[in-house]
This record gives sequence, C-alpha cells and structure tokens, in this order.
Amino acid sequence: MTADLTAMLGPLTLPNPVLTASGCAAAGRELQQFFDVAELGAVVTKSIMAKPRSGRPTPRMAETPSGMLNSIGLQGPGIESFIKNDLAWLAERGARTVVSIAGTHTDEYVELARRLAGHPAVAMLEVNISCPNVESRGQVFACDAIASSRVIGAVRRAADPNQPVFAKLSPDVTDITLIARACADAGVDGFSLINTLLGLVIDTDTMRPALGGVTGGLSGPAIRPVAVRCVWQVRNALPHLPILGMGGIRTGLDALEFILAGAAAVSVGTAVFGDPSAPVRILAELAQALDERGFASLADAVGYAHLSDAERLDRRVVNV
Amino acid sequence: MKPVQERAEIFSVQTVGEYQQFTLIAPGIAREAKPGQFVAVGVGGENSAMPLRRAFALYSATPGGDFAGTIQFVVAEHGAGTRWLMQCGAGDFIDVVGPLGNAFPIPSGPSPAVLVGGGYGTAPLIPLAQALLANGSPVEIIIGAATAGRLFGELVAKRLVGSVTVTTDDGSGGMQGLVTDALPAAIERVGAEVVYACGPMPMLRRVGDVAREHAIRAQVAVEEAMACGIGVCMTCVLPVRGDDGRSRFVRSCVDGPVFDADRVRWADVGTLPSDLVGADAMGGAH
Repeated sequence: MTADLTAMLGPLTLPNPVLTASGCAAAGRELQQFFDVAELGAVVTKSIMAKPRSGRPTPRMAETPSGMLNSIGLQGPGIESFIKNDLAWLAERGARTVVSIAGTHTDEYVELARRLAGHPAVAMLEVNISCPNVESRGQVFACDAIASSRVIGAVRRAADPNQPVFAKLSPDVTDITLIARACADAGVDGFSLINTLLGLVIDTDTMRPALGGVTGGLSGPAIRPVAVRCVWQVRNALPHLPILGMGGIRTGLDALEFILAGAAAVSVGTAVFGDPSAPVRILAELAQALDERGFASLADAVGYAHLSDAERLDRRVVNV
Repeated sequence: MKPVQERAEIFSVQTVGEYQQFTLIAPGIAREAKPGQFVAVGVGGENSAMPLRRAFALYSATPGGDFAGTIQFVVAEHGAGTRWLMQCGAGDFIDVVGPLGNAFPIPSGPSPAVLVGGGYGTAPLIPLAQALLANGSPVEIIIGAATAGRLFGELVAKRLVGSVTVTTDDGSGGMQGLVTDALPAAIERVGAEVVYACGPMPMLRRVGDVAREHAIRAQVAVEEAMACGIGVCMTCVLPVRGDDGRSRFVRSCVDGPVFDADRVRWADVGTLPSDLVGADAMGGAH
C-alpha cells in the first residue's frame, strides 16, 4: 500500500507535502544540481523585497547546538530581477513556486503582491512578516496583531485572487494564536509556522557578539519542539485554516510530527545546508512512515495527534 | 561539472605536523575536480548536533586507479566539528559534497608563476603547481606558517619544483618572517606574470598588495566560514568589485573561493560599505 501524498493547502493542491523553506534554498537553482526541484511539493523562494538589498555585514552565521543562528539581512536582487531571472527559471523547470515576500512597510508588501499577480509560476504567496516595520519604530510586524492584520489584509486585497496568501508567523510572541486570529480576520488563506527564533551568540575569544548583525534567527532541530507546539496551538485555534509547518525538520519522522500536529505540508530549511538532497530524502521517509502507520493518505494523518480514540478509528486503515 | 554528494570511505589518515591528511574513496568527486576547488564534509555522524558542513580545499583528486577515484584534503583542528573528523579513521564513512567552487584559472600557455601557501593553505597549491608545470610554466613556491608544526607540503613542493622558500613567524622553520617578505624576490627571480595564494585573509590581502606593486595579478583562494558550501545560505559573502565596477556581497563558495585579489575589498570585509549594491535598502533594517 502506498499512501496518497497529495497535499491540500487550502485552495492549493500539491502532488506531495515537502517544500523547501524560505531562505534555505535560494531560488532552487543550486539544489537542482542534486535533485529535480520540480519533484518537490513546491519551492519556497528566499524572501524577496522591492529593491536590491546587500544584506548585513559578516559574520552572518554561527553554529549552535543542533542549530544555527543567522543574520543575512534578506540579501536579494529585488523583485524585478527576481521575476526576470529566478521566477522565469523556476517556470521553465516546471517547478511549483511559493514566493516569499518581505517589506519594511505595508506598501512594499502590496507592491510585491501586485508585481506577482497573474504570474503562472506563482502557486502561492508566503508573507514574511518577521521584518521591522519602519512605520512603527522598527517593531516587527509579526509581533503585533494589528500590524500583522494590516499587512495581511492589504496583501490579500492586492494579490491575485488565484494565489493563496499565507502568513509566516514568528514564535517570538506571547500567544501565537492571537496573531493567527488577527491574520484570519484579515482574510489570510493559511499559515506558515514558524519563522526563526531571535537569538544571540557571544564569541568568547573576541568577547563580542558573534554575528555582524548582533542578534540573529535561530533555526535547525533545536527549535523543532517550539515549532510543533505552535502548529498544534494554531491548529486548535483555527482548525479550518491550512498550515505549512517548518522548524528543524531533518527526517521523515520529524515531518510526520508536524503533520500529526496539524500541518498540511512541511518546509525543509536548515537541513538543506547539511544535506542538499534532504527534501527528497525526507519525502521518501515520510511516505514510508505513513505507510507503516496504515494511513491511506497524507490527508488522513493531518492533525491526527488531536483526535480522540474514537475519531482515530475512521482515519486509519485497519490491519496495519 | 556539477557537484555530487557521496558517502565516502576513508582510505587513510596521515598526521602531518599539526594537521591530518585525509584520503577518501570518492570517485564521483575525483572525476573532474580541479585545483582550487573544495569539498564540504558533514561532521558528527547521523545524529549530529552540528548541522553545518566543514569546507576543505582539495589537495589531490585522482580519478580511476585501484580505488576507482580518490580525493585528499587536509584538516586542522578548529573546533568540535574538525575534532570529530580528526577522530575518524580508515574504514569509516563520511558524507562529502564536491567538487565545489571555482578552480584557479590556469593560463593556456607557459606563464611564470609564484605560489604562496599559508599553513594548510598550501594543500590546493600542490595540484595547481602540477598543472602549471604540465603546461610549461616555471613555478616558484613559498610556504609559511606561524610555527614549523603548521607548515604543510614542504617535501612534496620541493619534489615538484626543486627548491621551496619556507618562512615561519617564530623562526622555528625556514626563515623568520612572513611569506610576503619573500614574495618580491621570488616574483623577480622567476619573472612571474601571476601569483597564486591560499591561506588566511590578512596574508591574501598582503599577497594582493605585493602583486599589484609588481603590476601582476594575484589569484587567491579565500577561507571564509560557510554553512552550506553550495550557494544557498548566503553566509560566506565578501565585498567584491564586479566587471561593471560596482561592488556586491558575493558568495565565496560559488563565486569563489578563488578571486582576483584586486577585486576583493579587503579593508571592507566584515563591514557594510555604503556604496555596495543594495546597501541603501538596509536603512530600515535593524
């Protein structure tokens, strides 16, 4: 028996539930050397902004126990070059693409959504709201329910109606379900959970912060339980909205944890740095794990950890 | 050629001064690797708490032969990752991705060259010297390190080119001083048209300065910290002047590790120069 791996992210249907994670796969081209990116559920591109950005000074990275801290600063070519070069390449490959967009004010997000409207390669927009809002003294959008809902509402109105809009939320909040609800009220189509956690590493030789940007985003297996908890909470609070789960997924069983907690699909991020073929390996491992547990389809496993014993009976093939 | 990921068996590990020289059976990587390219090695085993790869310049790549293709690289202890690797031995398997990065450009015809290696940075210069000698180029080699124990490749270099200039900071091997102290005389002796170098950043910068004073080019391989080695993570960037005269943060893994020394803005490494493409957009970021 082979489980049906079709993944449903709200209105978007993908042939399988394993995607790359924003910022961990560039725009797919480098990974194409190791596997065909069109085999993935989708490629999630590195957050793009309106203009070219240099990113922050080095050092930009510090390895931490089962993780890494990064402070890249969204280095990127700007939306025009992205559409002309990266998106065109992805379209040519036949790779389904989730475009991550980022901005420093609401108008920038709106401009990006408009530029991407109607583009056949864009399957979905993932809105990276873990950016400092210049209109609010640099407070991160994702840490404020009103700012989050304002950006998501504006993007949803500006975006192509055929392109689902997912909000990528930060775990660095008191109650992630409050931010999620605000986004839901603003018309979001689903959530990407979670972005990195804010961290700091001090170099004990120089006795200064290890990163040029001082603080950085913590990713990798170290944050996985935090991410699974966020998926669990948002699934409980808003069971009707689909979740793309991410945070430290390194194996198929890690991916299964997110699915059981309520994610409809997963993104593989930091694992790619250590193992460039991780996404396809994880997909194969996840398929096997679903089979071993008697799931006829991925959909049957989504949110399974929330079910009572009675509810579970309907979801799984008997005679495992 | 495109890089491959191989689970490679360690054929042998030899101690060389303070370093260990690894020989791996890695036919896919050995097939077309060129001098200056590197490999990225996973460390810590299957359940490693160290998610990032460690990069090592290739010391040799031998396609075919009794073991279907071997590669060699040299490891110095820097931290937990390299410590783990140095505890591996013959018969162990490690996960290797390569060949990565751009190789040293080799002139199509004979062209006198000086090769300058700092510490285990000499490793990629040995196959480069072989390639240069093969196309008829006269080659001088200068190697240096902080102490004699951190010199690498003196014997093999001597075997290749006859005589090698050796310097150490503390005078424990060769002459006391820096490799760049010996560089001007070497350039003049051989009538060098190009200098090649690999080693620590301050050394590469000085090699670039000396080459410029002699109105010749320096091709240098940098050792920048990398997370992935394949161009996706954007952590290993350096400020580099492009063909259009404008500077950008470029990835040392895929746009390097070999750069024309004159293109690298050495003084600005670790800063955000305001004239960098896209630096103006950083104002709003914290």
